[in-house]
Formats: sequence, C-alpha cells, structure tokens
Amino acid sequence: MSAASALFTVASMAFPVVELRDVTKRFGSGPPVLEPISLAAGRDDFVALIGPSGCGKSTLLRLIAGLIAPTTGTVRVDDPAADAGSSGLGFVFQDPTLLPWATVAANIELPLKLRGVTAPERRQRRARVLEQMRLTEKANAYPRALSGGQKMRVSLARTLALNPRLLLLDEPFAALDEMTREHLNEELLALRAASAWTAFFVTHSVNEAVFLANRVIVLAAQPGRIHADIAVPLPYPRTADTRLSEPFQRLVRDVGQALRAINLVPA
Amino acid sequence: MRRAAKNLVWPLLGGAAMIVLWYAVHHGLADDRRFLLPTPGAMFEAMRDEWPILARATLNTTEGASLGFAIAAVLSALLALAMAGSSLLRASLYPYLMILQMMPVIVIAPILVLWVGPGLKSVTIITVLVCFFPLVVNTTQGLISADRNLVELFRMWRATRAQQLRYVRIPAALPYFFAGLRIAAVLAPIGALVGDYTAGSSAGDGGGLGFQAVIYSSQAQYPALFATAAVTCVLGFLFSGVVAVLSWAMLHRWHDAYEPAER
Repeated sequence: MSAASALFTVASMAFPVVELRDVTKRFGSGPPVLEPISLAAGRDDFVALIGPSGCGKSTLLRLIAGLIAPTTGTVRVDDPAADAGSSGLGFVFQDPTLLPWATVAANIELPLKLRGVTAPERRQRRARVLEQMRLTEKANAYPRALSGGQKMRVSLARTLALNPRLLLLDEPFAALDEMTREHLNEELLALRAASAWTAFFVTHSVNEAVFLANRVIVLAAQPGRIHADIAVPLPYPRTADTRLSEPFQRLVRDVGQALRAINLVPA
Repeated sequence: MRRAAKNLVWPLLGGAAMIVLWYAVHHGLADDRRFLLPTPGAMFEAMRDEWPILARATLNTTEGASLGFAIAAVLSALLALAMAGSSLLRASLYPYLMILQMMPVIVIAPILVLWVGPGLKSVTIITVLVCFFPLVVNTTQGLISADRNLVELFRMWRATRAQQLRYVRIPAALPYFFAGLRIAAVLAPIGALVGDYTAGSSAGDGGGLGFQAVIYSSQAQYPALFATAAVTCVLGFLFSGVVAVLSWAMLHRWHDAYEPAER
C-alpha cells in the first residue's frame, strides 16, 4: 500500500462512518450470537463479511441497519440523513424483495415517495438508476416478467435511487448463477466509483469478497467473533482481468486459509 | 386452440353424458315412480310455465344475496384490518367468529324473523352471516402474512403504519380477499335461499326461491322444484363469474395465478 493511500485510510478512519464498540447480541435467553465485537469502518471502506453459517454475519448487518438493538455495547452510524438528498442507509437482501404488484418504475420510486421526494425528482432519479442498470426498457414491466439477475438489479437500483451513503448487502447475489454474479460484481464496483458509498457485504464466496472489498473480515461462529481482518490492497477499478492476476489469487488463498483455520481454533 | 377445446368441449361432453344418464334413469324407473326424477325436458317446461313466479322469486333472492354479499365484503374487510392490527383482538374474536359460522342458518333464521321481521332484511342478514367467516379469515391471513423482508424494508425507509398498510399489507392481502370472495360467492345464493326458506314467507314481496321451493314441494310440483334448483345453480354461477372477473381485473397484471402462457 502506498504512503498516500495509507494516510488517506487513517484520515477517513478518524471519522468512521460505522463504529461498533463491544457489541454483543443474544436473542431471548439463548446463547450469545455475537461475543464482544469492536469494528470501525471509514467512508471509503468496502467491507466484506465472510464466515461459516451461524457466525452472526447477518446479525451484524441488521445491528448496523438498526433493525435490531445490541444486547450490550454501542452501534454508531454516522447520521447521513443530515445530508440533503441522501437517505443514508440502503439495505439489499438476498431476495430482491420487490413489490410484485408494482411495476419496476413504481418499485424504484416507492421509497422515494415515502420519504417525500417530489414527483419530478423521483422520475429523474428513477431514470438515472434504470439507465445505470440498463433496465430502462423494463420500466413498465412487473417483477414476474424479469429474470433473477434483472430482479436483483432492480433491487439494487431501488436502493441506489435513495442516494445512500452506507450500503448494507446481505448475500445479494447468492441465489444467482456464477456468470451473472461475477457480472453484477463488476457492475456494483462501477456504480460505486460513480457515487461513493461505504459498503458492508455479507457473502459466502471468497472470490466475491476479495474481488469487491478492500477489507475482508473473517468471522468465526458460536459465538460470532472476528477471526481475521484482511486488507485487500488491490487497486480500483477492478475488472474481470483482476480475477486472473497473481495478487488476487494469493489473497483468495489467504482468505481461504483464514476460513479453514477457524475450524482448527477452539472457540 | 387445444386449451379452448379442453375448457369447452370436455365440460360440454360431460354435461351431455349426464343428461343422457338422467333420461336413462328416468325411463328405467317404474311408471308410478317416474315423478321422483322429472326429465330435463319436463323441468324446462315447468320453468317456462312458472316463469313469472320464478322470475320474481329469483329477483327477490338475488337482491338479498347481493346485498348480503356486498355488506359482508365491506364489513369483513374492516374487521380484518382491525384484527390484523392487533393479535389481542384476533385471539379474542376468533372463537366467536367460528361459533357464528357453526350456527345453523335454520336456527338463526326464525330468531331473525322475530327480531327484524321476514323478507329482505332477514335474508340479507343471513347471507351476511354465511359469507362473513371465509372472508374475514382469509383477509386477515393475507394482511398478516406480508413478506417479512418487505416489512423490514419499510421500517428502514421509516414508513408510517398507514403507509405500510397501504403499500404492502393491503395489496398483499388482495389475493386472499379474492379467495374469500370466491367462497362467499358460492355461499351467498345458498345462504339467501336457505334464509328465505324460513324467513321468506309472509313478507309481502312474494318471497324468494327458498320460499318458492317450500310451495312447490308442498304442492308436489316436482318439475317446478327441479326448475327452482336449476335457477339457483345459474345464480351461483353468476355470482362466481362476477367475482372471477373482478379478481382477474385486479390481479392478472402481477399475480402468478394469472401468469401469461407464453412465458
């Protein structure tokens, strides 16, 4: 990593967008899902969360989203709602979670409508994200007429229309075939280059994690804890060729090894 | 083309076979017992002869059935909204809704005649009671079973409860509501008829199909009795047909049940 980019990371970490301090979570009287976790992410971070099932990846994401409250500890998310025109938080599920009774255009405009964005502004943002996602000709289609990949792109478009500053993605491409997934990964990075947002991306795929993120956090299970925090110093923009590069392959090996090591470390 | 054949030709063939069987059974009976099963021909003759009376009775029954059906649809939607909003209300009302459904119309009808008098009012209320249960149960189920992720998204978008209801829960409940309406559409004419059987007499409007059935039965006008049954069936098909068309109009654009064939 160059001195300049190291400095930049330090600078952005001085004002973390997301900060978790000693966060634990247990549901009811069950065993703790997360043991004390501390984690900070700066504005420029694209964090991939990877780990075995039950390691609390999704719980972590939902804590950051404010959908659930920590049992102990604090979760601080830079309040981006202060910024006019932005809606702060974007959340993308594995399931596209579209309204089946609404057209693509109506699906994209709905959260904007709920937030009181004016009709002309809604139309403009909708046109922008549909263009970005190459879905313009599908604007009046209903979700059932779309393929799995197209539905996911609509889901992403809907989130991006909110101009989020923090994007939380919970295995968004897990249900898609490998080709579509790789393609959407490249698209996602291109979109991020156009409108910088901080990202937390839960995945089961080491390749996907390394390709997208500048940090891969490997979580161990029962209870969920941070096992390794691996920097991915590959420069953006990353393209299909990045996957073939030697440094990429080496990082995939490193993350894979960290994942395998979990099973060898007693909890 | 093949689908049209399957949807039209086979039911027609089935109907034709049934009519043949009907005539066969009629002629198979001993002469002095043939009155038990009048032929379709005799039935249509009776329908023609009795038409002024049957038409009036049909109108009366249709009025009670449609009024009761419409009132049940509105009331059940309102109650379902309330019940979807509160699990406490759901728990406390559900057993009594079931009791309401289990109460035989034959028992309720005389009580209603006592309370509101015979005729349209009683018949309408009975139809409401008969249609209410499937409607309210289905619609409540639809309102509370909206996609969990969608509901969470709405929370993250900081939508109000009213917005959540309007944009997620009510549209998600529509297919359930229509499923309830389809059941209610079949029940409404039967409910009105059975109600009328008891509450239709001495109403001054001549009564409906149920009351007419009592008269034909007591006068041993069996072909006319069969004609009454046939008219009731037609009424049931009409109700179902109207609901099917409404359901198509509301759901065909997005619901999987109306998936276009070319996909």
